[in-house]
Amino acid sequence: MEDSIMKVNLKVWRQKNAKAKGEFVTYTDVETTPDTSFLETLDILNERLVEEGQEPIVFDHDCREGICGMCSLYINGHPHGPATGATTCQLYMRRFANGETITVEPWRSAAFPVIKDLMVDRNAFDKIQQAGGYVSFNCGGAQDANDLPISKVNADESMDSASCIGCGACVAACKNGSAMLFVSAKIGQLALLPQGAVEKDRRVRAMVDKMDELGFGNCTNTGACAAECPKNIKLYNIGRMNRHYIAAKCKE
Amino acid sequence: MNPADSKIPEGPIAEKWTNYKAHQKLVNPANKRKLDVIVVGTGLAGASAASTLAELGFNVLNFCIQDSPRRAHSIAAQGGINAAKNYQNDGDSVYRLFYDTVKGGDYRAREANVYRLAEVSNNIIDQCVAQGVPFAREYGGLLANRSFGGAQVSRTFYAKGQTGQQLLLGAYSSLNRQIQLGKVKSFNRYEMHDVVLVKDKDGVERARGIIAKNLVTGKMERFAAHAVVIATGGYGNAYFLSTNAMACNVSAAMACYRKGALFANPAFVQIHPTCIPVHGDKQSKLTLMSESLRNDGRIWVPKDIEDARKLQKGEIKGSDIPEEKRDYYLERRYPAFGNLVPRDVASRAAKERCDKGFGVNNTGLAVFLDFSEAINRLGIDVVRQRYGNLFDMYEEITDVNPGELANEVNGEKYYNPMMIFPAIHYTMGGIWVDYELQTTIKGLFAIGECNFSDHGANRLGASALMQGLADGYFVLPYTIQNYLSDQISVPHFSTDLPEFDAAEAKCQQAMDKLMNIKGKRSVDSIHKELGHIMWEYIGMARNKQGLETAIEKLKELQHVFDTDLFIPGDQDGMNVELDKAFRLNDFIAMGKLMAYDALNRNESCGGHFREEYQTEEGEAKRDDEHYFYVSCWDYQGKDKAPEQIIEPLHYEAIKVQTRNYKS
Repeated sequence: MEDSIMKVNLKVWRQKNAKAKGEFVTYTDVETTPDTSFLETLDILNERLVEEGQEPIVFDHDCREGICGMCSLYINGHPHGPATGATTCQLYMRRFANGETITVEPWRSAAFPVIKDLMVDRNAFDKIQQAGGYVSFNCGGAQDANDLPISKVNADESMDSASCIGCGACVAACKNGSAMLFVSAKIGQLALLPQGAVEKDRRVRAMVDKMDELGFGNCTNTGACAAECPKNIKLYNIGRMNRHYIAAKCKE
Repeated sequence: MNPADSKIPEGPIAEKWTNYKAHQKLVNPANKRKLDVIVVGTGLAGASAASTLAELGFNVLNFCIQDSPRRAHSIAAQGGINAAKNYQNDGDSVYRLFYDTVKGGDYRAREANVYRLAEVSNNIIDQCVAQGVPFAREYGGLLANRSFGGAQVSRTFYAKGQTGQQLLLGAYSSLNRQIQLGKVKSFNRYEMHDVVLVKDKDGVERARGIIAKNLVTGKMERFAAHAVVIATGGYGNAYFLSTNAMACNVSAAMACYRKGALFANPAFVQIHPTCIPVHGDKQSKLTLMSESLRNDGRIWVPKDIEDARKLQKGEIKGSDIPEEKRDYYLERRYPAFGNLVPRDVASRAAKERCDKGFGVNNTGLAVFLDFSEAINRLGIDVVRQRYGNLFDMYEEITDVNPGELANEVNGEKYYNPMMIFPAIHYTMGGIWVDYELQTTIKGLFAIGECNFSDHGANRLGASALMQGLADGYFVLPYTIQNYLSDQISVPHFSTDLPEFDAAEAKCQQAMDKLMNIKGKRSVDSIHKELGHIMWEYIGMARNKQGLETAIEKLKELQHVFDTDLFIPGDQDGMNVELDKAFRLNDFIAMGKLMAYDALNRNESCGGHFREEYQTEEGEAKRDDEHYFYVSCWDYQGKDKAPEQIIEPLHYEAIKVQTRNYKS
């Protein structure tokens, strides 16, 4: 690992609160190293701003190991930046050139209003999950776990869909602001398992209808969502969800 | 207040929990609807407790500091969850899981609690499968298992390297169902600042609510309930650098401590052996590499000090050193458990080698974790299937691919090893609770990592998930009823009570005070200084003189914080620096508390290693005659040393002996 110093310019969206008008502010000569993460570089800039008596840039982040889904950021036109299969917190400065100007924006979607600077409100995602993203049973009523054999293929595929971290990159990447990948990942996880099968019609109707109600756009099969997904959630989840949705609607 | 009364039920160890449940008081369904419970936190413990209490019929108010309950740091647990299912027919049982956990905790956990934990472990797996958690399976369709440190059986259930995520999303899904049904009210981006105690007519003070800050508006808000449950995690971030998430903090627990809840065993901190080493002073956190890697990875440093020096200078790479010149020191020192010794043992062994100069990177603070043998035995495809996501994560951070063929000597293939070093990971200490998980404040309960009860002086891998879910799904929902059954005639509380006025005013004043210091130091700069003091004096190895120095240095640091802190902006709306300052203030206080406890415990046990107390071979030397107890601390005021209260331990089922992982 190298210790060489690099400098970048950060062109960052600043917005005082949801109602205020925002603007880009460029911070020049932010000193970092190739082995420093992108968020740590924002930390370095924030430390500088605080020393100058200014308010630091607000952005969502928590686990900083790519699993909590808290971090976001639209970096140089890509959700979670230029790396594929990684979140913003897993992005390292070696991906950028010395002297580069990096543009940093919040998620861009009507369903995710800005709270402050780069932080957005993703509560709509919780609401979709609340509409039906579960198996309806009460704690204590379960049978022995091995009484329910599940094919390894289905379990593995279910796990792949369940890897979604709910970050919202799919919505931010989509020109329509559609949440189809996010919703279909949950639908897919439970549709592949016998536990979820009993209420799969009810679930898909409730979740899709809630998604529409909350103002997410429609899917036009562009595939930007899957291309930008930091967890590589596959596009076929959407196809499966559409199939289930149509079948469920027909039964209504 | 008597912590000696841990309310352990009568009877033989295997019957205690059954007896308790048979005789405890319950609340009937119609009365449950009249009772409100606050649950602070949405990790495995908090989310499972909130959803289960709501399923039972209680009205639940649930709080988290993140933007969604799904973000809590339980989500980052990688390796797995233990249960005594014995699906592998390899000799596991409830008793063996209980025994391993007590032994792993170096005989400082409360026996009855641990037995109960082992007992309900099996229910957790059933519950999670029913929720649709996609655990790994065999081709026959049944659940797969793997091994973790401190055990000689395979009892760990897992979902790729993302077990915590899947278990948390399972609990989150149950929570969502209750939110949809209107039984849980969910408050996101709220941070608890204080617990509100109200004196009853009978003169007893009870926890009746909390003051929480709405992090978006910046305003303090009041919430009332019949009981308060905190599930707010551990205090690892007192070290600044840890594997904890950035927002993990001890403030809710400290608020309870200041109101009279005892804090137990604060010195017991777990240092995880397999983290990516520190690379520079701008680093914000440390990344864990799952313990599951030790199933197939072998830990080593060079035998020859000259080789180590060359590695430190960057003249050679790990793969240049042939098999016969490698020292697999865990296999050498602990033949029976090898690379799967408990975390405290593995961490200390790494430190011992590095202290002797055998460290393998430029800082001298790293050892190798090598997969060459596994890749040669199983092939890269199988190894990648097991650990691929961890290899990728490692490569993204360090720019080195651990599965890549790097050298071939005499037909022996050597792959790039990982570099690892111990880091702060988990805190066994926490708010003292009795068998019912109730603190020394009536009506205040603590569950998950934020209580102290089950792991003693060291936690075994894959047991944190087990404990969080045991507390939330299967223990608290029972025990809290024993308390609430007396509360059914108490009407819903008003937050207009003078106790709420006073508590809110105090919280607001504390914020005003921080804003008005108007000094020069940023929060992070003070936090980093705290981290250095903690790691240097209250880290992996401690001694009397160092701990005394630490207490003095922490007092000085508190003074710096109180007089030279600078927070930009104002209190109108979100102020991230202010919220960080609020947490840092409590971390400094926590650091002092840890130092007092570590200074008091003149023995080495589990994660607590006092250099004065070790065997000739450098193993921890316990003192059961004098320290076979839970050390509880009672708050006496900001500038005063806390007072110690002891809960003696009584073991009935297990014979206390020296831990042995050698044979």
